[in-house]
Amino acid sequence: MARAVVTVPPKAKRGEIIEIRTLVGHPMESGFRHDNFGRPIARNIITQFVCTYNGTEIFRADLFPAISANPLLAFTTVATETGTLEFKWTGDNDFALTATAPIAVD
Amino acid sequence: MNTRREFLLATGAIALAVHCRPSEATPATMQEAIRKVVGDAEIRRGKVKLDLPPLIDNGNVIALAVSVDSPMTPAEHVKAIHVFNEKNPQPNVISATLGPRAGRAGLSTRIRLADSQTVIAIAQLSDGSFWQASQDVIVTVAACAEEIS
Repeated sequence: MARAVVTVPPKAKRGEIIEIRTLVGHPMESGFRHDNFGRPIARNIITQFVCTYNGTEIFRADLFPAISANPLLAFTTVATETGTLEFKWTGDNDFALTATAPIAVD
Repeated sequence: MNTRREFLLATGAIALAVHCRPSEATPATMQEAIRKVVGDAEIRRGKVKLDLPPLIDNGNVIALAVSVDSPMTPAEHVKAIHVFNEKNPQPNVISATLGPRAGRAGLSTRIRLADSQTVIAIAQLSDGSFWQASQDVIVTVAACAEEIS
C-alpha cells in the first residue's frame, strides 16, 4: 500500500499563511518506457490531487507523466479555522489514497 | 565545439535523443496544448516566476517552483497555474487550480525532463488574463534513458 507523508504545521495563528507539503509513494510509470524485451510498460500514474480544508477545496492539481516518481507537492493556504485538512490522490489502476492532518488555529 | 568535453557532451546528447525518439512532443504540440488551456487569449510575459535549475544532472528528479506576483484577494487572485514542456513525450507537466485561500500564489513539485529544452509556466488570473515565464534548461541525463533491470 502506498504511503503518504503530509507536513502541516500543527498550530497556526488565524490569518497566517501556512505551507503544506505532501509526498506520496508512487512509481509514476510514464507509459513511455519499454522493458528488456522491448514491450511497452503500461502507464501507471497519479492523475489528480485534491486538498480540502474542513470540506472546502483549497488546492487541486492534475498530474501528468512528467511528474517524478513519488510526487511531491508543496503549496500554501491561509489558516482560517481549527479543523482538518484532507488530501486525496487518485490515479490509474483505481489508485486512491487519502490522508488527513489536523490543524489548530487560535 | 572547442574541447573534447563539449564534443562528448554533444554526442552523448544525440545518443540520448535518438534513444527516446519514438514519441516526442515538439514545440508545436506544446503550443497546441497551451492553446487548449488558454484559448485565444493573449499571454503576457511577467508576474510569473519559474524556478528551475539551468543545468540538470538527472532528468528524473528536477525541483520546480512556480510563484506568481498576486495579492491573492477574492477580487484579484490566481486561478490556475499550468506548466508545459517542449520535448517530453507529452507537453503537459502539471495543471493546478488554486484560489484566494492559498494566501500566496505558488507551488513546488519535482518533474522529469527528457531533453534539454524550454519549460513554460502560465498563470491564469481572476481577471481572465494569462501571464507566463519560461526557462531554458540543459539536461545531461535524460529521464527516458533509464532502463528497467
